[in-house]
Amino acid sequence: MLTAHLAAAAQGPGFLSPTGVEIAFVLVGLATLGAAVITVNTKQLVHAALWLVVALGGIAVEYLLLTAEFIAWVQVLIYLGSVVVLLLFGLMLTKAPIGRSPDADSNNRWVALGVASVAAAALVWVVVDAFRTTWIDLDGPAQGSTKVSGEILFQHWVLPFEALSVLLLAALIGAIVLSRKDDAPTADGAAPAGQAATAATAAPDESKGQR
Amino acid sequence: MNDVLDVALRLIVVFAVFLVLPLVVGQTEHKVMAHMQGRLGPMYAGGFHGWAQLVADGVKFAQKEDIVPAGADRRIFQLAPAVALLPYLLVLVAVPIGPGEGAVGQVIDAGLFFVLAVMGVGVLGSLMAGWASANKFSLLGGLRTAAQLLAYELPMLLAAASVAMAAGTVSLPGIVEAFEWWWLPWQIVGGLVFFTAGLAELQRPPFDMPVADSEIIFGAYTEYTGLRFALFLLAEYAGIVVLCALTTVLFLGGWHGPFGADGLGWVWTLLKTAILAFVVIWLRVSYPRLREDQLQKLAWTTLIPLALAQIALTGIVKVAIQ
Repeated sequence: MLTAHLAAAAQGPGFLSPTGVEIAFVLVGLATLGAAVITVNTKQLVHAALWLVVALGGIAVEYLLLTAEFIAWVQVLIYLGSVVVLLLFGLMLTKAPIGRSPDADSNNRWVALGVASVAAAALVWVVVDAFRTTWIDLDGPAQGSTKVSGEILFQHWVLPFEALSVLLLAALIGAIVLSRKDDAPTADGAAPAGQAATAATAAPDESKGQR
Repeated sequence: MNDVLDVALRLIVVFAVFLVLPLVVGQTEHKVMAHMQGRLGPMYAGGFHGWAQLVADGVKFAQKEDIVPAGADRRIFQLAPAVALLPYLLVLVAVPIGPGEGAVGQVIDAGLFFVLAVMGVGVLGSLMAGWASANKFSLLGGLRTAAQLLAYELPMLLAAASVAMAAGTVSLPGIVEAFEWWWLPWQIVGGLVFFTAGLAELQRPPFDMPVADSEIIFGAYTEYTGLRFALFLLAEYAGIVVLCALTTVLFLGGWHGPFGADGLGWVWTLLKTAILAFVVIWLRVSYPRLREDQLQKLAWTTLIPLALAQIALTGIVKVAIQ
């Protein structure tokens, strides 16, 4: 069986004569990996968030190199433009000293490394097993254009797509419910105190601007 | 070889536009504000109406000492202006000013997503500046910037999604190609939401709470001097150009006009962009600043419902006419 795969691999383009795109892909991948390692290793909290920008941007470039243009821009829009901004916002709001923050180390370095290795191994195994010797023809018509992505998403993957949107809606409602303090009047007249607490800790989504 | 030359030429043209148009907007702002508020302002530099004042300001900025505060995070402090400015340069590459391949820096398949995504990244510059300055006013400004971006990104995206639905494509030239005159009343609400949210994202008055000088000096840019400060100002004006050009392309029909369809399309695009830029300046002169809570309220309770209503309307009309 292994020999069959090797034979199939030999049919595709060789590994020893990489094209420019493949070299760029590997280099960007290495840079992304480096940025990700620095993200989890740096002693400065905000620097970690900014290195995360580099890592996520590197992944967007990888998508671009694989002609998945639409996915790449969505990556930039969601992760760089929103998630990292939210992260920085949270950091600045709570604790973001300039310089080192020694108390940010949770001393779980080796456990974290183990979990990360297992997760990475599982993902790599799944991807390798799923695609095996498939090669993307980068010179042909773009296979990740908006039209193609949209057609695949809304023809073959409509059900998972809708299920995901319901899941996200549930998470959204859950977040609102959790962050809301219910100030139903209690017997011992705690309502005023409850209201004050509500005003102070209103839902984070809604109170962003009220400071 | 020809391809390389072509790409290089396009990039040079886009870069030249990027250097010239923001300065034109800046100069216009000086003069329009002076006329609207009945102030003279500097009238002597260069002779006629003080036209060289902007040049003099540039020379002044270049001569100032570049100071990094002692407690600041040096590298991030110095990197921030570039992060704030570069996204607008990238966005300009994708904005078409006329019909055909020749009038756009680079045709991008998912152009609408590209411009919105890259514009959102520019705010990282303000956040970095606000944090790295080691100044409480800067930090407050950075926080307000982030809060504002998070609130206004959503209505902006929804409004843009409405026009993409109407055109049936997310390519910017494709959207202008599909434009018909009756889109103007059809998409007017979306257009207003987009323009307002864009103003807020640029932190232009009346949405300039992050740089409110009476409260937090100059927000995230308080500690900046000289060229780096000038770069932040340039980013603001480049942002105005990009926002006005995008509103033109998405909602006002870009190169379409009542006459002069052949060859004069780019004039229409520039004219509409210029009028919108004038409106941006006009709003700065005539509107009081919104308070922080009013800012958030406007985004979450007015703009987002309006944008959603526009999407519903777009969907209904789109299905009805098919």
